[in-house]
Amino acid sequence: MSVHDTTGPLLEARGVNVSVDGRDILRDVNFSINHGEFTGLIGSNGAGKTTLFRVILGIQEHAVGEVLVHGEPLARANRSLGYVPQKVLFDPDLPIRARDLVALGADGHRYGLRRRPRALHEAVEEMLDAVDASAFADRRVGGLSGGEQQRVLIAHSLISRPELLLLDEPLANLDPGSVQEIIALLHRVSKRQRVAILLSAHEMNPLLPVMDRIVYVANGHVASGTTDEVVRPNVLSALYGHHVDVLRVHGRVLVVATALPVGPPPSDEHPEFVVE
Amino acid sequence: MTWLFEPGWWANGTVRTALLVGFIVAVTSAVVGTFTVMRGQSFAGHALTDVATAGGAGAFLAGVAPLVGFVGGGVLGAVAMDTIGVQRVKGRDIATGVVLGAAMGVAALFLFLSARTSSATGTTQLVLFGSIFTVSPSTLPDVAWMSAAVLVTLAVVARPLLLSSLSVELAAARGVRLRVVGVVFIVVLAVAVGMSAIVIGAILSTALLIGPPASALRVARRVGTSVALAAGLGVLATGIGVLFAYDSYYWFPSHRGLPVSFFVVAVIVAEYVVASVARRRTRSTLVAAIEPEGWT
Repeated sequence: MSVHDTTGPLLEARGVNVSVDGRDILRDVNFSINHGEFTGLIGSNGAGKTTLFRVILGIQEHAVGEVLVHGEPLARANRSLGYVPQKVLFDPDLPIRARDLVALGADGHRYGLRRRPRALHEAVEEMLDAVDASAFADRRVGGLSGGEQQRVLIAHSLISRPELLLLDEPLANLDPGSVQEIIALLHRVSKRQRVAILLSAHEMNPLLPVMDRIVYVANGHVASGTTDEVVRPNVLSALYGHHVDVLRVHGRVLVVATALPVGPPPSDEHPEFVVE
Repeated sequence: MTWLFEPGWWANGTVRTALLVGFIVAVTSAVVGTFTVMRGQSFAGHALTDVATAGGAGAFLAGVAPLVGFVGGGVLGAVAMDTIGVQRVKGRDIATGVVLGAAMGVAALFLFLSARTSSATGTTQLVLFGSIFTVSPSTLPDVAWMSAAVLVTLAVVARPLLLSSLSVELAAARGVRLRVVGVVFIVVLAVAVGMSAIVIGAILSTALLIGPPASALRVARRVGTSVALAAGLGVLATGIGVLFAYDSYYWFPSHRGLPVSFFVVAVIVAEYVVASVARRRTRSTLVAAIEPEGWT
């Protein structure tokens, strides 16, 4: 699928700093993503996950440092990247069917109204099938449920055959059943099409069974590695700037702040309390 | 049918010009209007009609062809709106409001001056509410090439425009140049508004721009169908409007015909009501028949 070698990392962030209006959003961010791996980008709301996606996509202003794809600086709208933004709301009055949105993933940036080739129609069918969206392919996207819209958006992003798919909070506002379905779907697609996935979420537990690596964002800093390497009290305490405990209960991970914080007083960035 | 198609209807050159210009403008407005509604830029469209009013009034004052004034004014307004900040969603409303206010002020001045300096007392009426029966046949080629330019430009940017109307984030990620597409569209919109100003007047050109596409979007499921349906509805409204206005000349003993604009807008409103009812019917039937629970 790719003309590039697949030995080195697919994507590498080196010393990325972002500040907006004099406020540091991200500081000295370093991590890499390997071919075909499922990476979770975990952090609470406002931790800078969307900003990090924008840096990777090359549309974030005031960014320092570099992001390399195949060891080269990335060009605007790199064809190796697919992107599913968070909270895409489609107007129910828009006359765009699910299959139209998928097709626009292939030619939505092209000028002119050339007739779509048969190969594109076949690719659209294939993508709709891959995300189990064939049943509602002819319905308006604005009328679909949140989970159904996510499937169509994933198909829209996959049709250009990216090597890395970025998904910004795709599980937010979905019911637990849909969350499991979307994760299973992404895992399947990632293995079958050998596409690497970087998925952001504020809750890591649903992703634990499928996540190869984790990029944990807190306080503007990032820690990355396998879940076992990163989700540890010492690593996360250093990240948050005060002491946190990591509890493992029934196969679930809970990150909790200790009652009496050690070090600097608590900032706005609290670790996540998982009380399910 | 002779009671409606009065003697002279089929042979009248003025009527023929009015219908041709009206149909071309209706189709152009429908195509541009479909994208305007989808992009949520109806307010910008309306502001451009006010700018076109100022341009049209200026043209009367300077003795230039009205079409030049309407279109020229609209394009200048579009450029001003883009410069102020039409590319940001929040800045868009502010920029539109600022330009709208300024344009109305200038229009008031021009209309005041032309009423004082010329004997043409009907200028205000003509600029604001149009008079398709005063369009000279020599305007027809201008309308035709402008319409062609608008439609070709839209065809070129159609897909990036569609994707950015759906979601700017998706479009940006695909590499769509949002700024370029946005500027091209607002200029195209200005030309379309200026053209429809000569048919139903500057103030009412929003009706022809927004009405038929809004009706079509309520029932169509594909962009192509929606554009075609909107064009059909626009042509129908214009045709009926011209026919009734021509006929209304015989309605009153005073032999003063009613304005075309009134009839065109009346048909557009009726079409919208029908489309909304049709939509509700289809929806409830659909929901009952095939949609799972919880579908909205």
